[in-house]
Amino acid sequence: MSFSDLKSAPTGKLSWEFRGEELHLRGRLDLQTLEQHRTRLEKELRQFARPRLQVNLQGVEYLDSVGVAFLNLLRVFLPSQVQEVTLVQIPAHLKKVLENFSLPSQKERRGVLRGEWLADFGDQVYRIFQESVPQFFYLMADVFYWSVVDLFHSRHRRKGEFYHQGVLMGANAIPIIGLISLLIGLVLALQSAAQLRQFGANIYVVDLIVISMTREMGPLLTAIIVAGRSGSSIASEIATMVVTEEVDALKTMALNPLRYIVVPKMHAMIVTLPLLTFLADVVGIFGGAIIANIYLDINFSIFFNRMENVLLFRDLLTGFIKSIIFAGLIVLTGSFHGFRVKGGSEGVGRVTTASVVTAIFLVIFADSMLGLLFYFD
Amino acid sequence: MNAEKQNKEAVIRVENLSAHFGKRIILREVSFQAFSNEITVILGRSGCGKTTLLKHLIGLYPVRQGRVEVMNFSLAGIEEDDYHQFALRIGVLFQNGALLNSLTVAENVAIPLEQNTHLPASIIDYLVRLKLHLVELENAADLYPTQLSGGMRKRAALARAIALDPPILFADEPSAGLDPVTLSALDELFLRLKHGLGMTILLVTHEVPSILRLADRVVFLDEGRVLYAGPLTGALESDIEPIKEFFRRELSLRSLKGSSSLQSRK
Ligand SMILES: Nc1ncnc2c1ncn2[C@@H]1O[C@H](COP(=O)(O)OP(=O)(O)O)[C@@H](O)[C@H]1O
Ligand SMILES: [Mg+2]
Repeated sequence: MSFSDLKSAPTGKLSWEFRGEELHLRGRLDLQTLEQHRTRLEKELRQFARPRLQVNLQGVEYLDSVGVAFLNLLRVFLPSQVQEVTLVQIPAHLKKVLENFSLPSQKERRGVLRGEWLADFGDQVYRIFQESVPQFFYLMADVFYWSVVDLFHSRHRRKGEFYHQGVLMGANAIPIIGLISLLIGLVLALQSAAQLRQFGANIYVVDLIVISMTREMGPLLTAIIVAGRSGSSIASEIATMVVTEEVDALKTMALNPLRYIVVPKMHAMIVTLPLLTFLADVVGIFGGAIIANIYLDINFSIFFNRMENVLLFRDLLTGFIKSIIFAGLIVLTGSFHGFRVKGGSEGVGRVTTASVVTAIFLVIFADSMLGLLFYFD
Repeated sequence: MNAEKQNKEAVIRVENLSAHFGKRIILREVSFQAFSNEITVILGRSGCGKTTLLKHLIGLYPVRQGRVEVMNFSLAGIEEDDYHQFALRIGVLFQNGALLNSLTVAENVAIPLEQNTHLPASIIDYLVRLKLHLVELENAADLYPTQLSGGMRKRAALARAIALDPPILFADEPSAGLDPVTLSALDELFLRLKHGLGMTILLVTHEVPSILRLADRVVFLDEGRVLYAGPLTGALESDIEPIKEFFRRELSLRSLKGSSSLQSRK
């Protein structure tokens, strides 16, 4: 083949002619010519009305693997009454090409298991309860153990990692958490203002805001935002390290990936999430105070006087305990999904999403369980 | 042999190509030619700039100094449309395979066929299986790249590179990580592509047996310079020290075994 004409898209010639049972092909039978003439050729093949087809290749100059594929698949394009397709008068130089670039006739594919959907579903359920759930609890036990042990063994910690993570998870989250809890405080007060005014129970807006922020909204809101921010980054960081075999490398350097990667994050999260929650409480209550001031004629001094009576240490403690539990859940789900990653870069994306969804679900689930617990005591 | 050479067209012409990353000079005034329907092997110790040279030849690195012409496409400042036409006519096997990890092996091989042709599904399916058969991976069709060994990944990437029967195939160390048996099967495949389909092949490889079997022509790089570019026989007789060094070990082994494969070459 000549390369000088390659730039101007080679349009080598292909021509054919049906003579009785014979199909004479001439010229080049390759990707270019087939792209150009295939539809017409296929149409004529579909109208072929004899039981036998002999393809005469004497005039063919060049054949590539697309041409070979076409010749081998001719039957697909022929009507079903054609019993037999043969290639005849194959020029010597094409024999090799036909031989080298044909698939061996119907080689059996080695055992590919194809499941039933019901069995697949069963497998899924089985896997969740027999593998995922126990794995999660093993991880939880391990991380809990090492988190406590490493409080007293600073040798195995990555230097500066606790501080670094604290900034990432805590300090950097301050603006968004402040903003959102302010808005929630405003909205909460605004929605209740109208109702309370009807009954002349304006002052109770303080109870409502203070109790709901400290016991419920503050911890929950903060945990959900942090699950989205830090939970996802924990999962994707760990998953990337697994995919690039960094975790394996750590193991072969006799390091425990849990202690090296997860424990500093756990420590940082357990310290910062309660602090963030406290911030959310304060800012949210402040938001409520603004609305009380504007719409309910409760000025700040009345508001904070009343708050002193309403705010129980127990409520703050409830929120504090909740946020510590949420912190553990977020780090655990992130690492759990991160270590389970399968496949390459796509897998990283998948486990990141999964970790955020699971973390938010677990946070809300735990919140309702704890709600029951604290309610009955 | 000379008369035959005059018939050959230079499909790759490189003249005084220089390249640098930051202040480090990687290629210094590289010049050579590769000819149609020949196998040209690029040689040299690792880090000498082979991959960098290859990436200039396939237009991934811009040609800033010198000239690179491949199939009459001048790659310095090539327009996007021209590059598309160019890309349709080359096949590239990257050093790390560069398979898409989210797709199976078969889907990877099908990418160029599905994106760049209008062939019917039956032919595409046949071609995918054929190309996987050629690299002996028919049983790995439904696996994902991360489930393959390094050598298998290379071969899957090769199947993808030859999906469209490109007139020119560039392969960066296709043999890395392969066992001797697979290696010689791969050599066989390169010869089939050359003789059967008239492909021009540019190969980066360190395997001396493969070089002796395949190369029509070699380009020997040393710290970004071309030490030798020309027919294989010339390289084997060369007096230049790094080249002698490179072939010496293998050749002395062969003479110990009394192999005559060298003499049998014309
Ligand atoms: N993207 C890059 N940035 C900076 N230096 C590079 C880059 N790619 C390659 N190099 C350097 O260029 C030199 C040649 O690399 P390469 O072409 O990959 O060598 P080879 O393929 O022959 O082993 C090496 O010293 C390498 O460090
Ligand atoms: Mg390289």
